[in-house]
Amino acid sequence: MNLAIDCQGLVKRFGAYTAVQGVTFKIPPGTIMGFVGPNGAGKTTIIRMLCGVLVPTEGQATVLGFDVLTQPEEIKQRIGYMSQKFSLYEDLTVGENLDFYAGVYSLQGKTARAAKTQVIERIGLGDRTSQLVSSLSGGWKQRVALACALLHNPQLLILDEPTAGVDPVSRRVFWELIHQLAKEGMTVLVSTHYMDEAATCNFLGFVFYGRLIAFGSPEEMKKREAKDNLDDLFIYFVEHEASDDPRNRIIKKGGRG
Amino acid sequence: MRRFSWVRFTAVLKKEFLHILRDRASLVMAVAMPIGMLLLFGYAVNTDVEHLPTVVWDQSQTADSREFVTSVRNTQYLNPDNFVQGYKQIADYLDSGKARVAVIIPPNYGKNLQGNVQANVQVLVDGSDPTVARAAMSAVQMLGLNKSLQLQNERLVAMGTAGSIGTPLNIETRVWYNPDMKSLVFNIPALIGLILQNVIAMLTSFSIVREKERGTMEQLVVTPIRSLELLLGKLLPFVFIGFVSLSLILATGIFWFGVVPMGSIPLLVLLSTIFLVTILAIGLLISSIAKTQLQAMQMTFILILPSILLSGFIFPRETMPRLLQLLGGLLPLTYFLDIVRGIFLKGVGIQYLWQDTLTLCAFAIILLAIAAKKFKKNVE
Repeated sequence: MNLAIDCQGLVKRFGAYTAVQGVTFKIPPGTIMGFVGPNGAGKTTIIRMLCGVLVPTEGQATVLGFDVLTQPEEIKQRIGYMSQKFSLYEDLTVGENLDFYAGVYSLQGKTARAAKTQVIERIGLGDRTSQLVSSLSGGWKQRVALACALLHNPQLLILDEPTAGVDPVSRRVFWELIHQLAKEGMTVLVSTHYMDEAATCNFLGFVFYGRLIAFGSPEEMKKREAKDNLDDLFIYFVEHEASDDPRNRIIKKGGRG
Repeated sequence: MRRFSWVRFTAVLKKEFLHILRDRASLVMAVAMPIGMLLLFGYAVNTDVEHLPTVVWDQSQTADSREFVTSVRNTQYLNPDNFVQGYKQIADYLDSGKARVAVIIPPNYGKNLQGNVQANVQVLVDGSDPTVARAAMSAVQMLGLNKSLQLQNERLVAMGTAGSIGTPLNIETRVWYNPDMKSLVFNIPALIGLILQNVIAMLTSFSIVREKERGTMEQLVVTPIRSLELLLGKLLPFVFIGFVSLSLILATGIFWFGVVPMGSIPLLVLLSTIFLVTILAIGLLISSIAKTQLQAMQMTFILILPSILLSGFIFPRETMPRLLQLLGGLLPLTYFLDIVRGIFLKGVGIQYLWQDTLTLCAFAIILLAIAAKKFKKNVE
């Protein structure tokens, strides 16, 4: 397999409103790709198209070598997804949540038990398996959600703002795990608002008003625009784009991304 | 890959049972609500009119007048326990609701009876509740008729006419199916339908709306799970709960209220299952429209009122205006009531119930198809 994600001119329109416009990028396996951009820029829409959940209006994309239009089932079986809201069942224990997702990914019997043990050890959930999810703190819920997404050993891990509202220590533990997974060959696609997180990605994409306005490694991008850090770069992009985007006037009246 | 996966289905099934076990409120609703509603409706929805408080102004104070009061009591419909003097006091009793019926016996009652002249008795009835008033009126009229026939006979005998003569016309009535005309016997079977509908529709819609509300549906969408697996996994536990509720209602009906089905219980269970499927579909439809559990609850309540009023649960559909009859015909409960009452009261089999059964099946198939399609659109 050559590329983990390969998308060519992805467009998504909701009625007359264009949420995503001509997004093109490629990432090789075993790398971490970060999406940054203001709220409502279209990050989640791009991610949902790559998951095979939303059908692109135009353009094409292959994820892990499968076409998002014709083979969404194959993609869904091979990706792990974790969203900004930790989508766990609060009235179930950690173990029961893991069991459910193991079943959903068609793991059973010995394989399911082995996968569960492995993921519990890896994330360090050992003594929490019998605890109800509702009794866990935000950081722990985030780890359990990650564990559920990793059970079936996905080739691509998609994280939609996984660290929003989580304390700095939990964030660092989380990112150490992500880097470890990438080192082992897993491809990671992550959207974030934290520039310190973005700086550690292999590739970065700036999403702005539905377009991918810049793509490359963090170092490359800083050099290209002659900025010292990503915060400055981000602010530069936002100000620059906002001033000459003709769609801006329409969007400001109340669009979404 | 596109095949129905047993592993995914059982994963959902297991999770749903855990939800139900953890959620005290729905457990209580599944067990306590049927019994609670049954007791409530069993005792409160009672149209049998008996022992109405009655006030008497006996101006005659004779053996004859006292005998009349006794025969009023013997009808079982009226309880002449209060004795007063004057219209003012009678008005007071009726106004305050302490009495529903007033019997006024004039001073010349005894004298007229003995003197072979027509005696009059006045009966005032509180007509605020037409059902009560109608029952009281017919009770006293029957009493009057019987009493005058009896007196006439006595007078004829006293006048020397040969022997006593019978009445020229005798109508013999016999009530079938519910010979004691107990409204309980009419209501308990119908409650099976009403309770199943309310409990199951609400619980089903809750279980799906909850996933939307908490955002877990968003997560399920990106997993390989198929809508049919999710749907069956979610509905099956409620079929189970439906059967638990059904058995509870049947047991309470039979052993507590003594309302025993005349017909076949297996047939009743079978047809209840078809009804249950239509109710699951209704719950599913509600969940595809409602965004929160509160909305789902409100929608279920919107369904409850017409199903009590229009389905024939209390009021006979035959006497309703055409439009309301048609509206009632849109409720699956209407047909199920015909079925349960048929089996419970008349003890009839499928040969008399096949039309209602077919209609119910049609409802089940159509509603389920629409609901499943809407559900699929939500998931994929």
